[in-house]
Amino acid sequence: MRVAILQIEGTNCEEESYTAFKELGQEVEYLHLNLLKKGKRNLEDYDILFIPGGFSAGDYVRAGAIFAARLKAIAMRALKDFVDEGKIIIGVCNGFQVLIELGLLPAVDGISEKPEAALMTNDSNRFECRWTYLKKENESIFTRDVPNIISLPVAHAEGKFVTEKKTLERVIENKQIAFKYVKPDGSRADYPWNPNGSMEDIAALTNPEGNVLGIMPHPERAFFPYQHPDWNRKERERGDGFWIFKSMISK
Amino acid sequence: MLKVTIIVKLKEGVDDPEGKTIKHSLELLNFEGIKEVKVAKLYEVYLDLPLEDGKKEVEEMIKKLFVNPIIHDYEVRVEEI
Repeated sequence: MRVAILQIEGTNCEEESYTAFKELGQEVEYLHLNLLKKGKRNLEDYDILFIPGGFSAGDYVRAGAIFAARLKAIAMRALKDFVDEGKIIIGVCNGFQVLIELGLLPAVDGISEKPEAALMTNDSNRFECRWTYLKKENESIFTRDVPNIISLPVAHAEGKFVTEKKTLERVIENKQIAFKYVKPDGSRADYPWNPNGSMEDIAALTNPEGNVLGIMPHPERAFFPYQHPDWNRKERERGDGFWIFKSMISK
Repeated sequence: MLKVTIIVKLKEGVDDPEGKTIKHSLELLNFEGIKEVKVAKLYEVYLDLPLEDGKKEVEEMIKKLFVNPIIHDYEVRVEEI
């Protein structure tokens, strides 16, 4: 599959994400937003769009807001077509914030003109940087090969998912919650296991069709077993994040 | 020239962890009787446009960038300077 890792100033973990897809034998390239703007590359030439984490445009105004506004101005139509064709979009961390601001998530009634939710300042009012446990909540092309409980790191100051009550109800009804934060034993999380105070302990969401995923924790930072802090105490064949990448490219 | 002032606040009922932290810090400094602290952002945008065009332009800016309607309320003031 042809994979684009979207970049602007301030994105990070592009190399980890690039490496992940490369390891899985995919055709992957970095795609700077300006290449789309200048018409040197087209979204339609890719099968997967990966929006990485980071602090795009300094996270000024709101996390992801500037990245989203620029992407919208340049490529909203192409993005809509991309989603409608069932191609895959994944946004990690800052990328999740971008997808929410774009209205590509939660998109309970299709892609929305205005944001239907927000990823706002963590309840702790701090940058939360730690390993979290995630429980698979619903099956999708992003989770089919993923074990029931995995461990991935978060690193964000704005990751608290909030939305209106009726939208949250639709999200649950549509089975859009991909992963929830849990305690290590899989029971319901409170702080610090839910690092941000997210509604319903939501860590990752898909659109109702299941081909767009936003996830706060970083799967690309746990692709190899030795990226886990307990790598020399617990034997793993793969890093936990590997399975999310693997799921995406399985046919 | 136009001076545009945009104040972006959290909606009533939306948690404000930054405000809570500041309130707590003020209490640690022995300030008493603080009921609540709320944090907002103030943007000043200077525009070289006629008043009516400027007002329209600002509404677009607010819609496209400054505000997420799920969590924010805003106030805007446009004045000629």
